[in-house]
Amino acid sequence: MRKFYTLLSREVRSYFHSPIAYIVLIFFLIISGIDFYFQVSFMNQRQVQYTVEEAFFNSVFFWFAFVLIFPLITMRLFAEEFKLGTIEPLMTAPVRDGHVVLSKFFGALVFYLVLWIPTLLYFAIFLKVTHQPAAHSAGAYFGSYLMLLLLGMFYLSIGCLTSVLTNNQIIAAIISFCAITLLFFLGLVQFILLDVSSATRDLLGYFSAIEHMGTFSRGVIDTRPIVLYMSMTIVMLALTYQAFQSRKWRL
Amino acid sequence: MIKVENLTKRYAGQPAIQDLNFEVGQGEIMGFLGPNGAGKTTTMRILSSFMPPTSGRATVAGFDVFEQSLQARAHLGYMPENVPLYNDMRVTEYLDYRAALKAVPHRRVAERVGDVKELCGLKEVEKKVIGTLSKGYRQRVGLADALLHEPDLLILDEPTIGLDPNQIRQVRELIKNLGKQHTILLSTHILPEVEMTCSRVIIIHKGRIEACDTPENLLGKIRQAGGVVLEAKVGVDNGGEELKKISGVRDVTVDADGDWKIFSLRVESGTDVREEIFRLAIDRHWTVRELTQRRATLEDVFVELTHPDVV
Repeated sequence: MRKFYTLLSREVRSYFHSPIAYIVLIFFLIISGIDFYFQVSFMNQRQVQYTVEEAFFNSVFFWFAFVLIFPLITMRLFAEEFKLGTIEPLMTAPVRDGHVVLSKFFGALVFYLVLWIPTLLYFAIFLKVTHQPAAHSAGAYFGSYLMLLLLGMFYLSIGCLTSVLTNNQIIAAIISFCAITLLFFLGLVQFILLDVSSATRDLLGYFSAIEHMGTFSRGVIDTRPIVLYMSMTIVMLALTYQAFQSRKWRL
Repeated sequence: MIKVENLTKRYAGQPAIQDLNFEVGQGEIMGFLGPNGAGKTTTMRILSSFMPPTSGRATVAGFDVFEQSLQARAHLGYMPENVPLYNDMRVTEYLDYRAALKAVPHRRVAERVGDVKELCGLKEVEKKVIGTLSKGYRQRVGLADALLHEPDLLILDEPTIGLDPNQIRQVRELIKNLGKQHTILLSTHILPEVEMTCSRVIIIHKGRIEACDTPENLLGKIRQAGGVVLEAKVGVDNGGEELKKISGVRDVTVDADGDWKIFSLRVESGTDVREEIFRLAIDRHWTVRELTQRRATLEDVFVELTHPDVV
């Protein structure tokens, strides 16, 4: 356990040693800040049926930034170690392959969660300034952030897998960006293709991140997406582990 | 300490090493020589559990490097070629991190990190970011890392590559001192280094072991088939023709240096032709300024074993 903790703390620290972390943080803060501002000013102009919190987590701005950050967070995880050769001292120390994979995944997850912390402030400021809550209930906040965690875990695990497959960070970023974008838009197919059967439409709806976020940000906690994203994360990490071990045989 | 049996590794069908068999005993400093691409790094990577062999077995401190890789790794300190390090960490931070990974007990981390910094002369750069260090210091960080957990066995892949002569001398001294407590397997291109530090030498070529012996024995073998150098003014004589007639001389190569001719003679093993040459020179009225039996170096052994066409 001590080795895992050591690996994890190095992963987290290495994010904050690199300029990419700060660029991602700033980029993300700007986009989510603009998102929040636009949503609130839009709602000031007309009557709407949803809350500020729902609007914030379901806007185009939000999704745009959301899909983009995962390749940036995960591309360096394994690819950089392969490129620099630091994988050699790492794997000749008495550490388990599984610990290395998990520490990289959780390191990325910690950084991802740090990205979201400032957004909590938005809602606090909103309450302070307008004396109105941004959502109807605490459950809505909980649901939104739970969904962020679940989606984050799944997409980060995809990033882990693409990073372990190559020693080129750019290639890792491009592949994970494609995979995540495709998965994401799978949920939108029902709006684009009108002649698909209703069964297909329903099926695709189950995979729609947008739909899931819509439900959860209203405070409705559905167990199906929870199981889906948890199990997909585990599958992706298992594949990452396999791919990581296979490097020994491919060398 | 190391036991290697029929070790073979193929990359995409191409054998990198074939059927290696050797043992390294406790407390030995074993030199690992070979031209580039001979399979030195491959062997070391297998021994350090970085990759598995295609076939054969290797054990470190009694643990199979593949089946019991964690225990084997816990007993060895490995310094890879070119010493890859995390450039974003500071020296002390990196060594602390490595110490924890290598399961150095909590209360001993500070002591061990302090010790290896002292030993490898890293005190003056301990707060520096690794990415800003010179090649020599990076090399020492790598060595310090390998020593952190007081391993029984040190595997050093080209520890002096890219260092200046002063640093090479320092590292050599360091290795010699370490040899008192640790078993060491080190690879290098620098042959005098091996002569000075190693108790035994393995010469590997095209993935096969060509020789495995003490430096003295290897030199002894080649000295028997050594050479003689003669520098003389031979006047109207050809020189080479006359020298070839002496029994025991295999062939003669001639270089000119103004009026002087420099003859390099290869002679059959176990013969000393210097007396014959001396007599010949008197008979033909040659003026001799040098007549020496050339002392073979490990370099000759190396060249002879890894370049059979030169012989």
